[in-house]
Amino acid sequence: MKASPKEKSLNFLFIAPALTLFLVFSFYPILRTFQLSVFQWNGIDRDMLFVGLAQYKHILFHNPMFWKSMLNAGYVTLLSLTLQNGLALLLALLVNRQIKGDNIYRMIFFLPPVLSGIVVGLIWKFVYDGNFGILNHWLISLGFVQFQDFAWLSEIKTALTSVAVVHMWKGFGYGFIILLAGLQTISVELYEAAEVDGADAWQQFKNITFPLLIPIFTIVSILTILGSMQIFDLIYSMTRGGPAGHTHVPITKIYEYMSNGEFGYSTAMAVIFGMVLLVVSFAQIFISKKLNYNNK
Amino acid sequence: MNIFKAKKILLDIVTHGILISVALTCVFPVFWMISSSLKTQEEVFSSMSLIPQTGIATWISNYRTAFVEANFGVYFMNSVFYTVVGVFFIIFIASLASYGFSRLQFWGKSFFFYLLISTLLIPIPGVFVPLYLLLKKLSLLDTRTGLLLCYISNGLAFGIFLLKGFFDELPKEIEEAALIDGCSRFGIYWRIALPLAKPALATLVIMNSLTIWNEFLLALVVLQDKAKMPIQRGLMVFQGTFITDYPLLMAGLTIATIPIVIVYLLMQKHIVKGIAAGALKG
Repeated sequence: MKASPKEKSLNFLFIAPALTLFLVFSFYPILRTFQLSVFQWNGIDRDMLFVGLAQYKHILFHNPMFWKSMLNAGYVTLLSLTLQNGLALLLALLVNRQIKGDNIYRMIFFLPPVLSGIVVGLIWKFVYDGNFGILNHWLISLGFVQFQDFAWLSEIKTALTSVAVVHMWKGFGYGFIILLAGLQTISVELYEAAEVDGADAWQQFKNITFPLLIPIFTIVSILTILGSMQIFDLIYSMTRGGPAGHTHVPITKIYEYMSNGEFGYSTAMAVIFGMVLLVVSFAQIFISKKLNYNNK
Repeated sequence: MNIFKAKKILLDIVTHGILISVALTCVFPVFWMISSSLKTQEEVFSSMSLIPQTGIATWISNYRTAFVEANFGVYFMNSVFYTVVGVFFIIFIASLASYGFSRLQFWGKSFFFYLLISTLLIPIPGVFVPLYLLLKKLSLLDTRTGLLLCYISNGLAFGIFLLKGFFDELPKEIEEAALIDGCSRFGIYWRIALPLAKPALATLVIMNSLTIWNEFLLALVVLQDKAKMPIQRGLMVFQGTFITDYPLLMAGLTIATIPIVIVYLLMQKHIVKGIAAGALKG
């Protein structure tokens, strides 16, 4: 059934509200980011000073704090990729063994991911508190008296790792749920066949579970990278980038420059950071395409 | 008892040991938050017991102070408002568009579809900077409408992606019969397609409610007026002003958390489904 031109334009009304909102509040701001990034502008003046790529050059070559923030986010990402996803995988494998109470474990492990970053950050800030935090209280009662009044979030040495631990606490349940869903799609018959052929548990894991889980583990890893690099709420609620900039991450830097009225400079930083993330997410598209292809 | 059975029991004990210790780590901070919200200021500073030594009078007084004097009642109602209105518009606008993309013919259909869902695949950090300037130009800065428009727009791509997939799977026969009977396209969408899409709509309602309720960065950028702030933003304002009033802060955190936890416990299946759909997109 072919639609008449009149029908076609009426049909367009179905997508018009979505398209309008999207173009104004998502698409236009993206284009505007690129445009602003080549101007020096405080957001108030009538005239925007065209500076070409000068701000990009400055960020890349004369702004060590930007690189520091990238490194900080990279550090959180690296810890998440290894410890958090390792834990998620271990727990998914354990819960998948058809043990009692698997629903309760699943429910509890996914609790931290549904809480807001602000709530989680502020609870843990209280737990980490040097004087009244329960962490130090426990450490001292275990005999580690050196932690008397130790302010985890204000010490240069511990601040970033402390935030990273909370980030992983909040995030592992997410990978766990996806990995568990992946494990449950693996057919039981494969294991039964392996059992008949005399394969032991390790051989079954190595030859069945592991290869079939690789694509899903890859997706979880990419989501972890994108999520961890863009960490903001936890940093903002726990340290605000301190002590002395030691927990700044790219988004807190972009926000900081914007708050200081450096709109051009902050968007240039957003573009650079976005390019880095784009590489990661292209990998995601590529891998999920491959994954869909294998399923068919 | 044979050796295999003994080995299995031992393995079970180790398994539950690991799972229970991780589970305790997950729930302890939440219980600690609730417990501290029921204590007095002195008790928070002196006692490390999980069970508050206070009576119900302190509990009521803590929460009353939090709701009334610390403004959490206002923040809470604002969050309810943003979540309900935001989710309603996301569902309405996204379902309308995805029905169009799934069933109707119009110019530029696949181009617009991929344009709309492209934001799912392309990360755009820092887009809050131009959004701030845009809202300022439209005189929507520090307004409820401004924040809502950002939230609604952000929710569309995933909604359209999920619902189009759902509508594509639905049989077309009923709709075609209704069309012959003289039902309008909008009537078919509203009376036939939308009710059939309930499972997918439920997933979207839950996922978007969680997202909007927990959102902070846009609320930080857009709002200055305390009377309009959602609770996540309000918590940071409170924390900045009364830095060591822990019982009151914990009461605020509990107020911000309880609706989420209730929704989560009731709707766990939908959330898990939504996560899986989100992770395996592309």
